[in-house]
Amino acid sequence: MLYIPALILFGVFIFYPLFLGMGLSFTDWDGYHQTKDFVGGQNYLRLLTDKYFLGSLRNTLIYGFGCTFLQQILGLMLALILNSKLKGKNIARAIIYLPILISQIIMGCMYYLLIEYSHGALNDIMILFGGERIAWLSSTNIAIGIIVFINTFQFMGISMILYLAGLQSIPEMYYEAASIDGAKRWDLFKRITFPLLYPAMITSVTINLIGGLKLFDIIRVMTNGGPGYSTNSISTFIDLTYFDSQSAGYASAMGVLLFTMILVVTLILNMMLKSREVNY
Amino acid sequence: MDKFWKKFGVAFLFVAIIIQLTPFYITLTTSVKAKIDLSSRWRIPSSIYWENFKVAIERGLILNAIKNSLIVTSVSVLFICIVGALAAYPLARNKSKLNMIILMITVVVMMVPPLSILVPLYAMMNKIGGVNEYWGLILLMITLQLPLSIFLYRNFITTVPVELEEAARIDGANNIQIFFKIIMPLLKPVTTSVIIITGTFIWNEYVLSLYMLPSRSMRTLTPTIASFFTAHSTNMGAASAASLMGMVPIVILYLFLQKYFIKGAVEGAIKG
Repeated sequence: MLYIPALILFGVFIFYPLFLGMGLSFTDWDGYHQTKDFVGGQNYLRLLTDKYFLGSLRNTLIYGFGCTFLQQILGLMLALILNSKLKGKNIARAIIYLPILISQIIMGCMYYLLIEYSHGALNDIMILFGGERIAWLSSTNIAIGIIVFINTFQFMGISMILYLAGLQSIPEMYYEAASIDGAKRWDLFKRITFPLLYPAMITSVTINLIGGLKLFDIIRVMTNGGPGYSTNSISTFIDLTYFDSQSAGYASAMGVLLFTMILVVTLILNMMLKSREVNY
Repeated sequence: MDKFWKKFGVAFLFVAIIIQLTPFYITLTTSVKAKIDLSSRWRIPSSIYWENFKVAIERGLILNAIKNSLIVTSVSVLFICIVGALAAYPLARNKSKLNMIILMITVVVMMVPPLSILVPLYAMMNKIGGVNEYWGLILLMITLQLPLSIFLYRNFITTVPVELEEAARIDGANNIQIFFKIIMPLLKPVTTSVIIITGTFIWNEYVLSLYMLPSRSMRTLTPTIASFFTAHSTNMGAASAASLMGMVPIVILYLFLQKYFIKGAVEGAIKG
């Protein structure tokens, strides 16, 4: 009975709006007036042909999977380095973890000082080496790359500490036994370290993927979806559709789709990774 | 070969650290330079210009925003701890089918992106008068962070031996008494983690805070900085000063409680 307060909160502020949203996604509600008409699956059909939405869907996948992939590589490398005997490794770990605690909005503002056109610190370097100023954010591909970069570096600390915790839980004797049997360094990594890191990897991939697919704040402050609509994620596009174009019904349909996508992707990934788990 | 990898590792670490610190460094130098100072942001200024901080406080209402964020964060975190621990207790002690379903529901709540429920949520909050009131945002923050709190408490309580409670039950204590007199006092270490993880999240939250507390005097920190930044795009000094003031509370806490932050994050991640 003690969990009733929690269940009431979930019901009222998560599941009720979720169902309400599903209902709204079949209407043409504008978000302000009392009137709304049932339009069937029209909003969902419109999603399939809306090139701005399809672009946002593509970007969401890039942000989600791109960041997750890079974060695993960087996080694992950092964890392996910091797991060895190294002077000042606690300070290094603290610095790499630090950006996680800063709001994405502030992180975006800080990076903006670097990549701004007229006075940005990055362009100062370009000029110093005899190059030209570059309008970093006016090219879609570069802008997407910058967003992936910032998000990856801000949150790679999560993967790092998860892999570190995983590495520290592997008993030293596994390595000793394998070395006596004549295993090479790479074999040790491939046969012992990597398989035993699967649990850490499941957690790390899940956290990063959910975070990446939800990406909103950093896009808002860096590009606000531009140039044009080309760097929107589904999240920022929902916001635009609801508050700027006043199509609440259509925005709800995207919301339902985004939630379903995150649910399905996370489930599939967890099943895939869990089936490869090993025990020694 | 080993020597090469060691050198490569150190170099890699060094580059990663430089990348992580650069934005902070640039923000710091920009915040203490006057608008007319057009020297590169890489350069340390010859004299420190404090006016930017004054502008951020007076025109950006940064201190007022910090107050709003403190209210929302502290009240939310208090309830997240109480409601979360209460819910976790039966889930840890009794692994019935119903309890497993409740745990599943909790996992699903974690996956709901705020943007996908924003439309109906905003309309609903508008109807019940929760927009522009602290309690509206506080209720949402509690709800969104409860799952994490429930998992952390549940995992911790599972490791507490049942014998203590059984002894109390023989002495005639009921469930509520057992929870408050026996379980609660044991939860201190995990409560630190819950406070740190959920507190940081709420302090930094943007989109719901933006729409639930839209008026200028009620705005929390993150939306305030975002709007100040857009409005003062010609005065990056003041915008940097605002950003710095916004992160100072968390960074100071982190410097003193670093080991709890990192411990908490590992516990929070390895769930159920």
